[in-house]
Amino acid sequence: MDINFVIEKFALVTILFSISLVIAMYSTYAERKVAAFLQDRLGPDRAGPFGILQPLADGLKMFMKEEIIPSNASKWLFMVGPGLAMLCACIGTAVIPWGQDLNINGRVVPLQVTDINVGVLYLFGVVSLGVYGVMIGGWASNNKYSLLSAIRAASQNISYEVAMGLSIIALLLMTNTLSLKEIVAQQHGWHWNVIYQPLGFIIFMVCSFAETNRAPFDLPECETELIGGYHTEYSSMKLGFYLFAEYINMFVSSAVMATLYFGGYNYPWMDTVAGHVSPNVAALIGTVVLFAKIFAFIFFFMWVRWTIPRFRYDQLMNLGWKALIPLAIANIIITGIVIAVVNKF
Amino acid sequence: MGTSVFYFVATLSIIFSLMVIFSKNPIHSVLYLILTFFTFTVHYVLLNAQFLAVVNFIVYMGAIMVLFLFVLMLLNLNKENEPNKSALVKILGVIAGGCLLVTLVGSFKAVSINSPLVLQNPNLGLVKNLGKELFGPFMLPFELSSILLLTAMVGAVLLTKKEEKANG
Repeated sequence: MDINFVIEKFALVTILFSISLVIAMYSTYAERKVAAFLQDRLGPDRAGPFGILQPLADGLKMFMKEEIIPSNASKWLFMVGPGLAMLCACIGTAVIPWGQDLNINGRVVPLQVTDINVGVLYLFGVVSLGVYGVMIGGWASNNKYSLLSAIRAASQNISYEVAMGLSIIALLLMTNTLSLKEIVAQQHGWHWNVIYQPLGFIIFMVCSFAETNRAPFDLPECETELIGGYHTEYSSMKLGFYLFAEYINMFVSSAVMATLYFGGYNYPWMDTVAGHVSPNVAALIGTVVLFAKIFAFIFFFMWVRWTIPRFRYDQLMNLGWKALIPLAIANIIITGIVIAVVNKF
Repeated sequence: MGTSVFYFVATLSIIFSLMVIFSKNPIHSVLYLILTFFTFTVHYVLLNAQFLAVVNFIVYMGAIMVLFLFVLMLLNLNKENEPNKSALVKILGVIAGGCLLVTLVGSFKAVSINSPLVLQNPNLGLVKNLGKELFGPFMLPFELSSILLLTAMVGAVLLTKKEEKANG
């Protein structure tokens, strides 16, 4: 293991980590601005020009607040909860290919932390682990409302993971690989998977809304029924971690959707562009395109939140088990038949 | 390096699994069980069985243990309202556990541990090879076990249906 490799990976991880944090920070600002736009208001506009310093002010407020741990809470787990939520939100970015390989002084530097050959499944593992932060925090608070919220989060995540997995299987039938790098490389130019898998994409997107606990599926933090949900007892930066983890999750799932279904760093006429500029610049343009797609998805997340009211719990379960899962299974069967027919002729 | 990592993780596995039975609070037991499963995932990675590792991670840690935790939180068991078990049950438990221990020790003694474990095909655990093995030579057992799971699922659904009728 040479030292350059270590430096390169360390730099990439650091950059990705800070990008996730900055994007999550400014997502809170963007969310308030989008909400204001959709409701015909101004939104935050006091701190700095256009309120651009608002996230810093919010962050400072979170840090300075008094830290309260309820006396009957299980102290150790009360602290583990937010940490776990944050950890699971951050490790998802490791397998996503952020661009084509760079060439620095004759050294090929892949813009991906690691290309494991079970990349898609790794993402799935991270998603399924994410619920523990909510469950442990909710239980450790020793509060009935938090506990109810933790239980809701658990059953919601389990239910929507099934449909999510089934929608991915149809995609994997087409790609024949579990490596995200290869899945993106196959979508060169215009051959985005969403064109071949529109139903699969819609199912996957609905499930990722449910997995990130975003409206209209934010039942675990439904304030009309549960006070504040799983973070009722939390204050200070521990609460901040939970809120932050939600925005990082939103960023990561936008990145996953862009990678799996919307071509990742690929864009139409990329070969023409690559002919005019040096390979490194072309790769960086791809990265910029990927981020543009991610921001579009984040905007979509916010748009939906301020448009659609929250589901009732039975409606949530009916949608998951009686609509999405049968649709996903039908999608697998149709995809299988089409692939068999195409291979035959 | 591989061996020292193995011994470190194996020690952790044993400590965590002991904590599963020694901790008083059922929720803590489940959390230790999750950590135990995580160490198993590391063992699979050490054996180069990437697919098995990640599936163990998703299915056991991500799904089954979430359900365990879900049920325990729903029941909200704690020390105060736990029923006291009679002495007879405790004695029976000790006898059953002792029998299991004797059987395990006997079977491990039968296996020769003189030669260290060497993987015959280090790439067997990769997705492609595992899939070819499962759907080739082991097709029948694989399908039979999936039918077994399906039967259990249908049975569970049927049980809840019957209860509904009795109530209504």
